[in-house]
This record gives sequence, C-alpha cells and structure tokens, in this order.
Amino acid sequence: MTRYIRHAAAFCLLLLVALLVNATRVQVFDAEKYDDNPANRRRAIERFAEPRGDILVDGRPVTGSKDTGEQLRHERTYTNGPLYAPVTGFASQVYGTTFLEHAEDSVLSGTDPMLAPLPLWHDLTRSRSPGGDVVTTVRAAVQRAAHAGLDGKKGAVAALEPATGRILALVSTPSYDPERLSGTSRSVTDSWARLNGDPDKPMLNRALRQTYPPGSTFKVVTAAAALDSGEITDLDAPTRSPDPYTLPGTSTRLSNEVTGCTDASLRYAFRWSCNTVFAKLGADTGLDALVETAGKFGFNDPGIKVPSSVAASTFDTSMDRAQLALSAIGQYDTRATPLQMAMVAAAVANGGFVKAPHLVERTTTGSGTTVDSTATRTLHQAMGPGTALRLRELMTEVVEEGTGTNAAIPGVTVGGKTGTAQHGLGNSGTPYAWFISWAQKPGDGEPSVAVAVVVEDAAAARADISGGGSAAPIARAVMEAALSG
Amino acid sequence: MEVRVPPRRRGTELALIVVAVLLSVYGYCDVGLARTGSVPPGAAGYGAGLGVLALLAHLAVRLRAPYADPLLLPIAVLLNGLGLVLIYRLDLETPGDRAAPTQLVWSTIGVGLCVAVVVLLRDHRLLRRYAYLSVVAALVLMIVPIFFPAVNGARIWIRVGGFSIQPGEFAKILFAVFFASYLAANRTALATTGRTLGRFVQLPTGRVLGPVVAIWLLSVGVLVLERDLGTSLLFFGLFVVLLYVATGRTGWIAVGLLLAAAGAYAVGSLEPHVHSRVADWLHPFASIEAGRGPNQLAQSLFAFAAGGLLGTGLGLGHSILIGFAAKSDFILATAGEELGLAGLAAIFLLYALLVERGYRAGLALRDPFGRLLAVGLASIVALQVFVIAGGVTGLIPLTGMAMPFLAQGGSSVVTNWIIVALLIRLSDSARAHAPAGTESAGAQPQQEASP
Repeated sequence: MTRYIRHAAAFCLLLLVALLVNATRVQVFDAEKYDDNPANRRRAIERFAEPRGDILVDGRPVTGSKDTGEQLRHERTYTNGPLYAPVTGFASQVYGTTFLEHAEDSVLSGTDPMLAPLPLWHDLTRSRSPGGDVVTTVRAAVQRAAHAGLDGKKGAVAALEPATGRILALVSTPSYDPERLSGTSRSVTDSWARLNGDPDKPMLNRALRQTYPPGSTFKVVTAAAALDSGEITDLDAPTRSPDPYTLPGTSTRLSNEVTGCTDASLRYAFRWSCNTVFAKLGADTGLDALVETAGKFGFNDPGIKVPSSVAASTFDTSMDRAQLALSAIGQYDTRATPLQMAMVAAAVANGGFVKAPHLVERTTTGSGTTVDSTATRTLHQAMGPGTALRLRELMTEVVEEGTGTNAAIPGVTVGGKTGTAQHGLGNSGTPYAWFISWAQKPGDGEPSVAVAVVVEDAAAARADISGGGSAAPIARAVMEAALSG
Repeated sequence: MEVRVPPRRRGTELALIVVAVLLSVYGYCDVGLARTGSVPPGAAGYGAGLGVLALLAHLAVRLRAPYADPLLLPIAVLLNGLGLVLIYRLDLETPGDRAAPTQLVWSTIGVGLCVAVVVLLRDHRLLRRYAYLSVVAALVLMIVPIFFPAVNGARIWIRVGGFSIQPGEFAKILFAVFFASYLAANRTALATTGRTLGRFVQLPTGRVLGPVVAIWLLSVGVLVLERDLGTSLLFFGLFVVLLYVATGRTGWIAVGLLLAAAGAYAVGSLEPHVHSRVADWLHPFASIEAGRGPNQLAQSLFAFAAGGLLGTGLGLGHSILIGFAAKSDFILATAGEELGLAGLAAIFLLYALLVERGYRAGLALRDPFGRLLAVGLASIVALQVFVIAGGVTGLIPLTGMAMPFLAQGGSSVVTNWIIVALLIRLSDSARAHAPAGTESAGAQPQQEASP
C-alpha cells in the first residue's frame, strides 16, 4: 500500500503545482491584461482614492476636492465653475475628464512619475504620489471681464499675451457648472443628459473647439499674404477693384456694406472692410500664397494643443478663383476657432511671430515644487516684420476711425478688425459678430494683449449685427482688464 | 538493538503555535494600521482568544497525543488565525454584516471539538466499529437539507432560526471513515477477485463493489440534486483516491476519470446551474462583453491580478468588489490581492504541508484502516483546496466550496478542526509505535497484508 500512498501523495503535489502555476499566470503574466480591463473598477477606485490636485488661476485654486467616503471617494468641486469650465473642463467619476482636467490628468491625479521624488522606485512599487497642481496662465480679471462682456449671449472669447502665447482668458457661453458632473449619484447622470440635450450646447467649448467662418477678420490674413507676396506694396495705392465685384468665372456679384470701395486703397478697404477689394486681392494674390500665409498663422494644423486639444481651423487648399475670392474675406469654407483668430491678432501685435498658445504656466507637486513649466515657443513667423508693422497701422486705424471705434480705449493704442460672418443655408443664419484686436499701453514697447471675440446670436436686429457693434465692446472690456493688471 | 524513546517534539509545536498566533495578531494589527492608522482596539482580545484556544489544543495534544506530528496544530492555528484576519478585514467593507465574531465563535467550537476528539478518542481503530453508522448518519445529514429552502441556488443548509449549518461538511468525515473501513476490509477481494477486463481493469464481484458504489452514487446524486457540486466532486475524488490506494489498481483511476468525465459532461450539459459555471469558466469576461459587468469569477481574477507578486498589503485591496461570497467561497481572492502571489504561495504551502503530514502519518501507520483514513482525511484537505482555489483562479470551473480554515462558514471550520484532530490522533499512533529513527518508514508488509 505504501507505494500507492506515495503515488496519491504525488498526485496531490501535482494539484499543488497546477495551482501555483495558474496563480502565477493570473497574478504575474496576465495581471496587466486584467488590470487594464475596463470593467475592473480598481483603476477608478485608485484614481479617486486621493484628493486630486488643483488648477490655479492667479495663484488661487479654482477647483477643490470633497471626501465623500464612498467607493470613488473624492469628488471634484469647482469654485466659479461656469466661469472656468472652458479652462478646467470637468473631472467626473462617471464621464471621465475634459480639457485641463484631461490634458493634465496625470499630474492632477498623481500618476505622473515626475511627481515622485524617486521615479524609478515609484515605477517599481506602483505607488502613487499626492496629486500635483496646475498653474494656469489665465488671469481672473480678464476671464471675468470676458464672461461678463458676453453676458449670457452665445459666444466665445480668447485672449492671449502676444509675446509669449500665454492664454489670459478662455470663455465660452452659455456655460455650465462642471461640479454637477462630479460624483456617482443619480443627479450626475441627470445633469449629463440635460446638458447634452440642451440646444444651446453649454458643454461646447466654443473658444477652442468650435470653428466659425471668420468673416472680415480674416482680411488680416489676406492683407498679410498680399503684402508679403508683394501683391501690394503701397497701402495708399488704388487697387483697381470694381464695386460690385464679379467673382471670377461666375456671374455672382459681390458688393459692400459701405461706399467708397471702388478702386479703394488697401488702407481704406481695411478700415471700412471692403469685401470687393479683399476678394479681388485674394484672387490676385493666389491660392498658394494665401494657403501658405494662413498655414503660418496656424490654419490647417490639427495638432495645436494648449495642452487641451484645439479644433483645427481650416483654409481650403484647392479652390477655384471664385472660391478663393470668397475665402479671402473669411467666407466659403474658411473656418476658425476664436483662439485661432486671437493668434492672428497676436501675430500682428508681435512683429509677425506666432507664439504657441498655452494655458499652463507650470505644474507643481502638491507641496509647490515645480515639476515642469511651459516654455515660450514660436510656432511660425506668419509674416515679415515690415508687414506686421503696416498691419498694426491698418488695425489701429480701424479702431481710431473705422468700423471698430467701439473698441477704443482712451490713452491706449488699440488695433482691431471687425467681422460679420454670414452662415447658414443661403446665409439665412443670424450672422456671427467678430472682433479681433490687440492693445498696447503707452510706454510699452509692444502690445500686451490680443483678443478674439465672437458673438453667435447677438440679440439685435439682424442688420445691426456687426463686429463693431456687438463684439468690439466686449473686446475692449477684456483688453482694459488685461492692461490694468 | 537499543530501544530509544521516539522524540515527542511538543516544545517545537508550542514554539510554532506562538509564532502562528503572533503572525495572526500581526495581520490583525496590520489591517487596522492600513485602514485607520491605529492598532484596532480588539487586537489584544483577538490575540488572547486565539492564543488561549491554541494553547488548550496544545495541552490536549501534550497530554493525550504526545507523539503527534508537531506541525499539524500550528498550521491549523495559523490558517484559522489568518482566516479570521481576512474576514475581519472584509467586515470593514460591510459594516452592516460582521462575520468575524461569529467565525471566532465557530472556531472556538471547532477547537473544542478538536480537543474533545484528541482527549476522548484514544485509538482511531475504534472508529472502524462505527463505519456503517457513519455512512447512515452521513446520508441522513446530506438528505435533510433537501427539506430546507435553497440559499443562493444550493440546498445545502439546515436553518433553524438564525442558526445554520451545512451538514454536508460533516458528512465528508463520516464518508472518509466509512470508505476507509470498507476498503480496508475488502481490499484484497477488490484487488484480486472478479473478472479481468483488459490488462489493467479488474472488475471485482458485485457483492464486494456493489454496496460502496451504491452509497457513493447515492451521495453524489443527492449532492447534484442539492447543487452542491464542490462536495460531489470531493466525494468522487476521495473515493477514487482511496480505491486506488487500497487496491493499487491504476485501472480504477482510469475508470474513475472516465466516469468523472462522463458525469461532468452529462451534468454540465443538462444542469443549467452547472452549465453556466462551465460557461463562466471558459469565458470569464463574456458578461462584460455583453455589457452586464463583470461576474464573480472575473472580479476574482481582477483581484488576484491586482495583487501581483507582493500584494497590495492587508486592508488595501478591493476584493470586496467580488460581492456576496467574498468572505466565503472567494476568500482566497482577498489573500491573493492583499498578500500577493508570495502570500498565496505561502498559504498553498501550508495546506501542502498539512496534507503531507497526513500522508506521512498514513505511511507510518500499520493498520490499513488507519492508513486509509489518514490518506482520506489528507486528501479531503488537498481536494478541497484544489477545487476551490482552482475555481477562484480560473483553473477549473467554479464549484461552491469552503477554503479549509480560511473561509467564513461555521460547519467548515468545525469539520476541518475535527479532521486535524483525527490526523493528530493518527500521527500520534503512527509515531508512537514507529521504531525510533524511522518515523516515516512504511515497510511493514506483514501487517499490511492481513487486515
């Protein structure tokens, strides 16, 4: 019997070995597969186990954390949620993260290895650091001025520091309170459904993610292309443009809202926003030059990140001359985000250089030690310095005695360009009112703020809607706030 | 030849028990420290309780089974202590449902019965007399739950008021006694009579094989009716192992495996409960893909994976996600998550050591009944561990079964303490009568041949 007992013992040993081998498979070799399964709640539990780091505006957190003691323990809170929603986005237990909460998630949630004093050890132990903070470039006063300026109207504002690309304000209205999406309760799903069902799309970040036809504000780009390519050499020379202008190869006639555009100079046409002059100028300058210049301003670049990703602004690369003429005045398929148009204004203000726009000044550990900081970076040189100087002159005149007088700030050099963009089927939609501008304090060597404002549905009679009427006052308030800081 | 007194090693046992109690108390404190940053208030009481129980059992062994294997008791104490720690730890996640205090009461009863068995049962051969009584009692115990309502799909509980026991747990000891006794008495006939089929299989006469097969079939049938698949698998395995050890016929194993395969196939395709278990085993993530979220097996695998090599640390895992059976059938997942593969391997080795000590007693004993009983009891532990640990780690289809000593469940703890008591008794006889220096020698052909 002894032999058989030994055999049975060997069989038990075999069972043990099978258990150990299988346990090793599950716990070591296949562990990652199981850890990564989306149905595995551990990642989420870990994620919310510690309070999230904060997003700072003017050195003060605009976010917070609330300990609920539940499984997904810490919920995000927001101070002034609707005001900063386009900057922060939301961090939801149920719906994930957006915008800075998304782009800087690894810092905020503490998983970024840079946060650990000993990154290698951190990697080995899979331990987690306390969440770090994200210091933004946003200035509260500018943000508030922009939000107040839009005053509940549908629209967006983007404000930049031209020399650095720092984003001073990023506003989209109507907005929402991201705190409503924090937590796991029923009210979160209700809020989500309501926000998504709202026809005004409060969760849409119009400043970064919505593209609009830029209308006449695009004339800055067209002018830059014409000047840089040598199509125009003298701002005051007549441009030999008819009024109305028949789009090349068609019988469509383009006219103006203002008089005096026939054969007007670029200076006059820019100041009063002559469509005929700029359409012809676009067609004459040619597709290649316009595409190139638009591209240098940032159009057709889907990779812009601030670090939230920005919708690509578009300028068609293959068009006939009629389409090109329309595109040159910011119509046809030309579309731009408010941030993109702020970049256009900033390029003029900054001697032609487009600085990479960015929202994050630096990231720090929870105790305030800097982990990473965003360096100022030039994206492109959109135009020659001479062209920039001449465009600065043209834009200043728009505010001084053209369509943009509503943006004037006493004692301050302000340059601007209005835009009123037709859209919808047969231009049936309420036009978008645009205004892009920059402002320079007396004594400063260069403008310190550039702004783009778009108002979707200025609650005014259609004829009254114009960049100068609806959008310029908002831009002025934003610039004033930026200059007074 | 000089006659030497065989070593008793009671001091070793005591030292190991102290280590086992300290380890358990350490685990208990560790949970508290991880969760609240302070030593839990009950730590002293818990340590004292476990210590007193262990000491009582040790005293009983010291007085009444002085030659017993010194590893059996410490292993049982450590596993039971660890089980209490794990249950206490899971209790923290379910404030309304505390299982650890009840488990401590059951552990006390278990140790009490263990002491009683060690003290009262002076010679294991006494059990042989009660072989038929055992089997009748076992069958009654197994049939009774049919008249009680099902709990979570299985009719394996007897509930009176708030008090519930699982009679099938006790039945397995009784069956081991019966099988051991019957096979010891009939093994020659089983091995040598009857017709030969092929080279390996030798069918004994129906007169010899009939009763045991009938009883076995009956018990498995009842278990299938009660949907207690784990236990029916256990009985099957126990029967085949003992039959093999008693007769030495490899053919029995072949027949056993064939029958098992046929039975498993039949039950697996006919019984929806079993069918779904098999489906879960083959596709643990099917419910996730279907959008119904992870099932218990998937949650269990997640828990094991989360533990990795070294575990998250006691109190820091999330195995409570497994749901209602986290403290019972799936307790091993908590061990796997919080102690890691290292801790899990240690636990497996403790069981392996327990089984090995049982087998060693079987080898050293001289009477076939004792040998078969020791092998049977050790195999019960081994099969239980394999069936449930294999189930929760996805090695084999999941069948409800308690991890010996670790899992919540009074009947299980009590039964396993009785098994340990019987193994202590068996190893005491084995070592007391073994020639000095040859504790594990198994060469006593004369005694063996004539039961």
